[in-house]
Amino acid sequence: MMHDQETVLLQGHIIDSLILAKVLDTILMMGGTFDLQDVQIGKTREEPSRARIIVRASSAKLLSEILHAIQPHGASVESERDCRLSAAPEDGIFPDEFYATTHLSTQVRVRDRWVEVEQIEMDLGICVDLVNLTARTIPMGQVKRGDMIVIGREGVRVIPLQRPRERDVFSFMESQVSAERPHGHIIGDIARRLVQLRTGFREGKAGSKVLLAGGPAIVHAGGREALAWLIDEEFIHVLFCGNALPAHDMEVDLYGTSLGYGHVAGRVVPHGHEHHLRTINRIRAIGSIEAAVRSGIVKTGIMAACVRRGVHVVMAGTIRDDGPLPGVITDSLEAQATMRRAIPGIGLALLVASTLHAVATGNLLPATVPSVCVDVNPAVPTKLADRGSFQAVGLVMDAASFLRELARELGARL
Amino acid sequence: MSRLLVCSPDYFGIEYEINPWMRRSNAVNSEQAIRQWHHLMQVLEQDVGVVLDRMKPVPGLPDLVFTANAGIVVGGKAVPSRFRYAERQKEEAYFEDWFRGQGYEVVTLDPGRFFEGAGDLLGFPDTWFGGYRQRSDITVFPTISGWFHREIIPLELVDKRFYHLDTCLCPLSGGELLYFPPAFDLYGQEALAERIASSRRLVVQEAEALRFACNAVCVGKHVVLPAGCPETESLLTSCGYLPHPVPLDEFMKSGGSAKCLTLALD
Repeated sequence: MMHDQETVLLQGHIIDSLILAKVLDTILMMGGTFDLQDVQIGKTREEPSRARIIVRASSAKLLSEILHAIQPHGASVESERDCRLSAAPEDGIFPDEFYATTHLSTQVRVRDRWVEVEQIEMDLGICVDLVNLTARTIPMGQVKRGDMIVIGREGVRVIPLQRPRERDVFSFMESQVSAERPHGHIIGDIARRLVQLRTGFREGKAGSKVLLAGGPAIVHAGGREALAWLIDEEFIHVLFCGNALPAHDMEVDLYGTSLGYGHVAGRVVPHGHEHHLRTINRIRAIGSIEAAVRSGIVKTGIMAACVRRGVHVVMAGTIRDDGPLPGVITDSLEAQATMRRAIPGIGLALLVASTLHAVATGNLLPATVPSVCVDVNPAVPTKLADRGSFQAVGLVMDAASFLRELARELGARL
Repeated sequence: MSRLLVCSPDYFGIEYEINPWMRRSNAVNSEQAIRQWHHLMQVLEQDVGVVLDRMKPVPGLPDLVFTANAGIVVGGKAVPSRFRYAERQKEEAYFEDWFRGQGYEVVTLDPGRFFEGAGDLLGFPDTWFGGYRQRSDITVFPTISGWFHREIIPLELVDKRFYHLDTCLCPLSGGELLYFPPAFDLYGQEALAERIASSRRLVVQEAEALRFACNAVCVGKHVVLPAGCPETESLLTSCGYLPHPVPLDEFMKSGGSAKCLTLALD
């Protein structure tokens, strides 16, 4: 990530003298990049011109070297002001004019220093710790009276996404969603990322975890075996779901049906609609999904693989849930907070066949995390792509076909 | 009639080293220097026909003789220099007092930015050129441009031997430019080429550039330049100018020649 940046001003007769060209060339030759923010060209020969240039570099050291090199040509660092802060008036209430975050990396200026906002996520506030000079995002519901919250836009800068180094499907600057695009090469690229990330994960490299947020359609449509295989092969490290995905997954194991349909034969089984309720009841009696797997009652499927592989599972409930299963978080704010805690370290997110969980997860992810949204309904990937991240890939296809094709690409024999 | 500010070399000598030409071991022959200076004054007054304003020399300020670095004077307004080296900063007060004493409106630059007067700022009536990087700071030019409503094209000086713009560039009264291109970086050379047609750019050869052929005083069709630059003289003659070579080698020991010894007052 290219993060260090400073805004410089250049003024005078900088066009005809080629001073502007020289400064920009110098920035590039030294390995930096620039954005010309504002160029005002003098209307007459006498009138001076003026350029505001954002200089970016991969490290603070390189940035300082570049600034050092361009300053003799008149580029002066723009004096910046600290961000404005105001104390939260009550628990759970931001001060008026609070700054609302985007999902892009953000820095705030505190005591003349640019400070990185930790755990960036969209639609939150920014809380500044004036003792340790740190800044972090904070949801409205978690703010405490007296917390120092950033207000206004002064002293806040948002760092646009840099084009990723990898030349794959995630590096396209557009995030079109179309059912007509061939899927093969996209799935191939995702598979290559998964292999790289698994290697990183095994070596304990930060940012190597893969998150899958999924709905029960994965089970109904026949993607259960493929997903279980991906989990067993250590390609998935975090699972976000609701009550239904684990319920129907274990229903298949215990009754051979999902939502009452014979899983293999594909026919309605008499009294099959009760199976998921009986499954939930059984697990509630045992006490936990983990105990059900460890005791050998649930042997196959997604949840069994998660328990075997120690996948971090967050189950967030909804108002239409049956049961729910033990471990399902029914307080939605608590569920959101638990999901949020699982986000750091994620290097790729697969959002499969669940509008609710895909959108909730998408809102929690920083723009820097590449994400893939798979749904038969084009509205879901479109909604995710509209977040403005060019690292979001939308696939309009059936969940089971996607997971099977992905698993096959990775060597599964399904 | 043109007026020039000059200062006699009574106390001229090499007392410090602030450019590659200066070596304390290379002592100035004072009598010779005084003779050369008076010869220059005679040519300027009698052959060229300018009026000379003489400033009183000051003991302990050997470079006060180089009045081009006093500042700039345009239309009754003077901007005194802010020297980069402490050795010459002591001259600032004398030049500033002189400007005030003559009734010029004195405008001063903020401290902390360097500007060495007509040594680094010269040009045609509507376009000026500003030499920077060695002595003057580029950031003074937008300020001065605002005061005088003139375009100032900054040019980076990249050769330490040509440490002031007037050592490598001399705008002539007919719109031609006498200059030594390698003293500038490619951006500066390109900027000059964009602005002045090649037929009007008179390129000085290195051997004569090193004799400070560009450190010339042009008044009308007269060009006073250091002796020993025959090729530059023919170049000037071919363009209709009348060259006046004057031996000034004692001043070259300090890195200065004809132009450095004068400041145009208009």
